[in-house]
Amino acid sequence: MNSKQHMSGVVAGRLDASDIEDNFQDLHPPLSTHEAVVAADRCYFCHDAPCVTACPTSIDIPMFIRQISTGNPLGSAETIFDQNILGGMCARVCPTETLCEQVCVREVAEGKPVKIGLLQRYATDHAMDSGIEIYKRAAPSGKKVAVVGAGPAGLACAHRLAMYGHDVEILEAREKPGGLNEFGIAAYKTVDGFAQREVDFVLSIGGINISYGQKLGEDVSLEQLQSDYDAVFLGTGLAGVNALRMEGSDADGVVDAVDFIAGLRQSADKSDIAVGRRIVVIGGGMTAIDAAVQAKLLGAEDVTICYRRGKDQMNASVFEQDLATSRGVIIRHWLQPDKVNVADGKLRSVTLEYTSQDAGKLTGTGETMTIEADQVLVAIGQTLESSGLGSPIKLEGGCIATDATGRTSADKVWAGGDCTNTGDDLTVTAVAQGRDAAEAINDTLKQ
Amino acid sequence: MADITNTFAGIKSPNPFWLASAPPTDKAYNVERAFRAGWGGVVWKTLGEEGPPLVNVNGPRYGAIWGADRRLLGLNNIELITDRDLYVNLREIKQVKKDWPDRAMVVSIMVPCEEAAWKAILPLVEETGADGIELNFGCPHGMSERGMGSAVGQVPEYIEMVTRWCKANTRMPVIVKLTPNITDIRFPARAAHAGGADAVSLINTVSSITSVNLDNFSPEPSIDGKGSHGGYCGPAVKPIALNMVAEIARDAETRGLPISGIGGITTWRDAAEFLALGAGNVQVCTAAMTYGFKIVSEMIEGLQNWMDAKGHASLDDVIGRAVPNVTDWQYLNLNYVTKAKIDQDMCISCGRCHIACEDTSHQAITQEVDGVRRFEVIDEECVGCNLCVNVCPVENCITMEPLATGETDKRTGEKVSGDYGNWTEHPNNPSRVAAE
Repeated sequence: MNSKQHMSGVVAGRLDASDIEDNFQDLHPPLSTHEAVVAADRCYFCHDAPCVTACPTSIDIPMFIRQISTGNPLGSAETIFDQNILGGMCARVCPTETLCEQVCVREVAEGKPVKIGLLQRYATDHAMDSGIEIYKRAAPSGKKVAVVGAGPAGLACAHRLAMYGHDVEILEAREKPGGLNEFGIAAYKTVDGFAQREVDFVLSIGGINISYGQKLGEDVSLEQLQSDYDAVFLGTGLAGVNALRMEGSDADGVVDAVDFIAGLRQSADKSDIAVGRRIVVIGGGMTAIDAAVQAKLLGAEDVTICYRRGKDQMNASVFEQDLATSRGVIIRHWLQPDKVNVADGKLRSVTLEYTSQDAGKLTGTGETMTIEADQVLVAIGQTLESSGLGSPIKLEGGCIATDATGRTSADKVWAGGDCTNTGDDLTVTAVAQGRDAAEAINDTLKQ
Repeated sequence: MADITNTFAGIKSPNPFWLASAPPTDKAYNVERAFRAGWGGVVWKTLGEEGPPLVNVNGPRYGAIWGADRRLLGLNNIELITDRDLYVNLREIKQVKKDWPDRAMVVSIMVPCEEAAWKAILPLVEETGADGIELNFGCPHGMSERGMGSAVGQVPEYIEMVTRWCKANTRMPVIVKLTPNITDIRFPARAAHAGGADAVSLINTVSSITSVNLDNFSPEPSIDGKGSHGGYCGPAVKPIALNMVAEIARDAETRGLPISGIGGITTWRDAAEFLALGAGNVQVCTAAMTYGFKIVSEMIEGLQNWMDAKGHASLDDVIGRAVPNVTDWQYLNLNYVTKAKIDQDMCISCGRCHIACEDTSHQAITQEVDGVRRFEVIDEECVGCNLCVNVCPVENCITMEPLATGETDKRTGEKVSGDYGNWTEHPNNPSRVAAE
């Protein structure tokens, strides 16, 4: 046993490095060719297939699966990429159990859907590993478009614009591209540097330049972009986080789950990442799950997710909830944090209040309970940092308001992904919105 | 328990399942394993005339096509008749027959189309104590180039001639194995019958190329970059074989001639279908070559269980039972009207019935009803073709429901008469015969 395994406080290396490496292996290992063909054969090639309707990017799923079964994985990948240039990442991170696979007729009939996500990964991996150039730029249009944010929405928008021959300048606040694909997803969902390889794949079309360390409102203004470019696309994501505001919430050991996840993804050696022995995770979404599971995989002894509403209201899918519990995470419902208890300068526990819901309104019952903890991971939502946008951009519900094509209230400015009021936290939706905004921008620039 | 002991052309075996003349019956080792597994008989792999044994290719002998999960659907071979010494084969045949007296031992023979060649080999085979011979007029590859196999089977006059020679020169029952590589199976069958054959067996393999290698453009199986047509067998050929068996069974000239059914028999159910269409027993090869000899126990028990369930006491209750129901198209009842019906509780909404009907047939299945995805048959358009049933992935979800007498066919507006009426008397038939 590792000597640090039962040490109190927030410490690194609770497990041996080799155990940690094993724990962070690929969650869903890829299909072999034979496995893929067998899995593909289960597809009925439905007419007007429900899976296509359920896919935010409307990939022609029966067609790409048929192409796999006929030994044409490259053609299959083209079918996918035509709709979703980040089809490789979506194959890994999409909650398929609530999208395509949920409505697969074989799920309806037998409770066993066609393995659409894994098949998509098979095809896209094949194409990306082959190094074959799939897309070519059209002749240069002479138009320039600024894309703010190198996350899924921005990359999808940039690629589609490049296809049409427009010059694209991506302005990225961080020092690395990929957005949440690079910083915000559990490491076991995208191993071996896939997010960066995918960015390279997207950029290989040419005509796209990325400038790093360019934060909107600080390093560059929207007005400047509007005057320097023919169009602007905002794919900034949600850079702010909701903070826990209560007694003790400023204690050492209260950590934002988004930062915790990003730290894990960016570390070269995960045994350097410190975690508590007993951890309480506050929240009920994918971020809460990703943080909790990874904390457990790093060697935390007890990890408890506390969510203020019930199981059915959790944003995390049932699959993700089951994944967490299978890794030893405890999920507790109807509990909201009341205070973080500190003694001798050390985080000791979290006191939570039971909740109930009456006519849709959530209220505390007054009764409390306390969970021992030396670390608290906070995953209670992210927010738009709107200060850099300027007044011409109309907001709705704290996010950028757009029409169906992604056009904002500001002249020549489109937006897509989590920063908009139509985003839904999914990579695949961000890709669809980035792509569709690029189509709308292209239509406008052609006029 | 149903009695499945079998007497075919005077040859007795404990069950109707024989192994066909092929690699599984090439030597004592395999045949003894087969008998231990329960096979009722074998047709020993074809013997050729005395002399230096022939040679096979040293590259691949088989090609294949597969269904889902690499399930073998069709096998093709370019193997020739036995490449072992004639006398080794004869010694082994004699020994095995002695050790397994209750099993059928039939020996397949293929020698040149000269009476002397047949006269020479027949006494040698007879001496083994074998129960009968099968004349290999079927192999479509290799031997046919040398004037044997299907080169004989494709010429009815040769079939009759050689059959006659054999009948004249042996006491053993003569089974004539027919090639399907002809236009009308009745002619070779009639020729065998005319020559005095005790039975026919069919089908031998179908001339075929299984696939083409798209890297080097060689047909498969590829021998140093070249391929030659082989003989196709396995589940894929069963429908072809069933039809040919039925054609012989119901032909006025050959009616009553024992038929050994061969072609893609893989399960007891396949065997029962051959028996029902007039086969007196069946021969199996590809299924054994795919799964091993053990499958015969499934065939035996499955056949018995079905017979028990249906009250068939012996094979005679089954053999030929479907033959009277095989007829010519012109005698099918045109007043029998069916409509497809989709069980909405079973429907999984894949939409395949709709798109098949919409794109390729009669536009008789909805895609939406009241704005909701729903697949329903439009009786006004449905011709009862059964395509939707065949493309539906859910068994029994779509059924063909006959209209009762007096019901109106919404497509034609005519009432179902309930009377039998066929094309020969149909008013649209220019050469109709007046109904009595």
